[in-house]
Amino acid sequence: MQGLAVTDLSASYRKNNVLEDVSFELPQGSLTGIVGPNGAGKSTLLKTMLELHPKLSGTVTFAGAPLSKMRRKIGYVPQRGSVDWDFPTDALDVVLMGLYGAVGWLKRPKAGHRQQALQALAQMGMADYADRQISQLSGGQQQRVFLARALVQDAELYFMDEPLAGVDAATEQAIMTTLRELKGRGKSVMVVHHDLQTVEDYFDHVLLLNRRVMNYGETAEIFTKDNVYRTYGAGLRWRKEVPS
Amino acid sequence: MTLLLSPNAWWVLLSMLILGVASGMIGTLAYWKRQSLMSDALSHAALPGVVIAFAITGVKALPILILGAALSALIGAFLVQWVVSSSRIKEDTAMGIVLSVFFGLGIMLLTIVNRTGGGNVSGLDGFIFGQAASMVRSDVYTMGILGLLVIAVVYAAFKEWKLYLFDPQFAKGIGLPSGLMNSLYTGVLVLVIVIGIQAVGVILMSALLIIPAVSARYWTHSFKWMLIGSAFIGGGAGVAGTLISTMGKGWPTGPFIVVSSSAVFLVSLLFGARKGLVVTAIQQRMQKRSPRALPAEAEKSMVKEGGLQ
Ligand SMILES: Nc1ncnc2c1ncn2[C@@H]1O[C@H](COP(=O)(O)OP(=O)(O)O)[C@@H](O)[C@H]1O
Ligand SMILES: [Mg+2]
Repeated sequence: MQGLAVTDLSASYRKNNVLEDVSFELPQGSLTGIVGPNGAGKSTLLKTMLELHPKLSGTVTFAGAPLSKMRRKIGYVPQRGSVDWDFPTDALDVVLMGLYGAVGWLKRPKAGHRQQALQALAQMGMADYADRQISQLSGGQQQRVFLARALVQDAELYFMDEPLAGVDAATEQAIMTTLRELKGRGKSVMVVHHDLQTVEDYFDHVLLLNRRVMNYGETAEIFTKDNVYRTYGAGLRWRKEVPS
Repeated sequence: MTLLLSPNAWWVLLSMLILGVASGMIGTLAYWKRQSLMSDALSHAALPGVVIAFAITGVKALPILILGAALSALIGAFLVQWVVSSSRIKEDTAMGIVLSVFFGLGIMLLTIVNRTGGGNVSGLDGFIFGQAASMVRSDVYTMGILGLLVIAVVYAAFKEWKLYLFDPQFAKGIGLPSGLMNSLYTGVLVLVIVIGIQAVGVILMSALLIIPAVSARYWTHSFKWMLIGSAFIGGGAGVAGTLISTMGKGWPTGPFIVVSSSAVFLVSLLFGARKGLVVTAIQQRMQKRSPRALPAEAEKSMVKEGGLQ
C-alpha cells in the first residue's frame, strides 16, 4: 500500500496565492515535520489536503484513493488556538468527538465508546482529568486532550498542526512518545513543527515549506543550514551547532 | 385574570411555552456560533416580508405571513454573507446595515399599507411589538407545530450541533457535512424567528433568543445543561410575558417577555453558580482569608488602602 501522494497542490485566500504547486510523496510509517516561517502556508497545506480549504488545483491521494473516500482513515489535530476552550464541556466529551464517525450520525455514544475515550486519555496521562472542564486545563493538558481525540480515531494517517507549540516539557515528551509509537505501528504522521532545534531528533522526514516546497526528503539529507536559510530568508537566528 | 378562563388563552400559553423553549435552544446555538447579533438582524429583516405578503394576498393568514417573513429574513441572511464576502465590511457592520435597512423598509411599507388598506390591516402593527392575544386557534397550531419541529431538530442532532459549534474544522475533517449544518442552522434560526414575530414582535424577538442563553451560561459547565437551562428560561419568559401582557387590553407581549427574561438574567448575573458576581466575590474573600494568602501585615494595609473603613 502506498502512502500519501500530493501533486501540484495550489491554494489561495481571495487572490493571495498561499500554496504553489506543492508535490511530495509520504512513505508509509514515516514521521514528517513540516517546517517553515510564520505564514508559510503550513496550516493551509494541512487544511487543503483535508479539503477543509478549497484547492485551486492539484491532487491528493491516500493509498491510491482520493482523500474524501478515506476520511475515516485520517486523524486531524487542529491548532490548539483554533477552538474556544471556554466551550462548556469536559475532557472526556472532547475525546469522544473523535469517535463520532464510528458512533454514527444522529446516534448517541455508548458505554464502549466512553471506555475507548478513557483509554486514550489514560494513554496521554490524562486519566484523572476525564471530567475536568476543558477551560480548567493547562495548555499542555488541552493539547493532550486533542491528541487523545486523534488517537481514538484509530486512523492510518495523521495530520497535526503545531501539537508541540506552547506545551510544557513533560507534555512534549508524552506527545513525542505517542507519535513514535504511532510510527512504530506503521501509521504515517505529518506534524507542523516550529522548533528548529528539535527537528533532527523528532522527525525522519522534513518538508521545508515557504509557499512552495523548498526541500523535501529524509531529515539527514535535506535539513541543512543552507536549505533552512533559503526557506526562512534572511534574519533567521540559526542555532550554535550547525549541520554540515 | 379573567382571560385565563378562556380556553383560547390556555392554547396561546402552551404555544408560547413551545416558542420560548425553541427560542432558548436556538439562542444557545447562536451564542456559541458567536452570532447573537445575527438573530437580531434577521428578526428585523422579517418585517418587510410580512407586509409585502399581506399586501399581495390581502389576507392576514399566518402561514402566508410566515412565508413572507422567512423569505425576507433569508434574503437578509444572504445579504450579510454577500456584503462580507465581496467587500471589506466586517460581519457585525453588515448585520447592522441589514437590520436597519430592512426594518426601515418594513416600517415604510407598513405605513403605506395602513394608509391605503384601511382599518382591516391594523393587526399588522402587532408584528412590531408583538401581540400574543391576537393569535387565533389556527395561529396557535401553526406556531406550536413548527416550534416542536425546531426542538426536534436540535434534540435529534444534539451531538452534531455540539461538535459543529465547538470545533467546525475537526467536524468537517471527520465528514460532518458542514454545508448542510450551516443551512440547517440558518433554517431553524429563521423558522423560530418567523413563528415568534406575531407574538413577540420583530424588535424584541431576539431577546427571547439571546437573553435565555446568556443567563443559562451563568449556571452550568455543560453544553447539554446550558441548552436545557436556556430552553427552561425561554419557556418561562414566554409564558410569564404573555400572562402579564394579557392583564391589560392591547398590551404588547414583546416588552413583557423582555422584562421577564431580563429578570432571570439579573438573578443569573448576581447569583449564578458559574462566575455569578456574588459567588465570585465570596470565592475571592475565601481566598483572601485562606492561610496561603498574604501575610497579615500586607492584608491589613490592603484593607486600609481599599477604603473599607
Ligand atoms: N482565513 C484566512 N483568510 C485570509 N488569509 C489567510 C487566512 N488564513 C491564513 N491566511 C494567510 O495565508 C498565509 C498562510 O497562512 P497559514 O497557512 O496559517 O501559515 P502558517 O500555518 O504556516 O503560519 C498567511 O499569509 C496568512 O495570512
Ligand atoms: Mg499555522
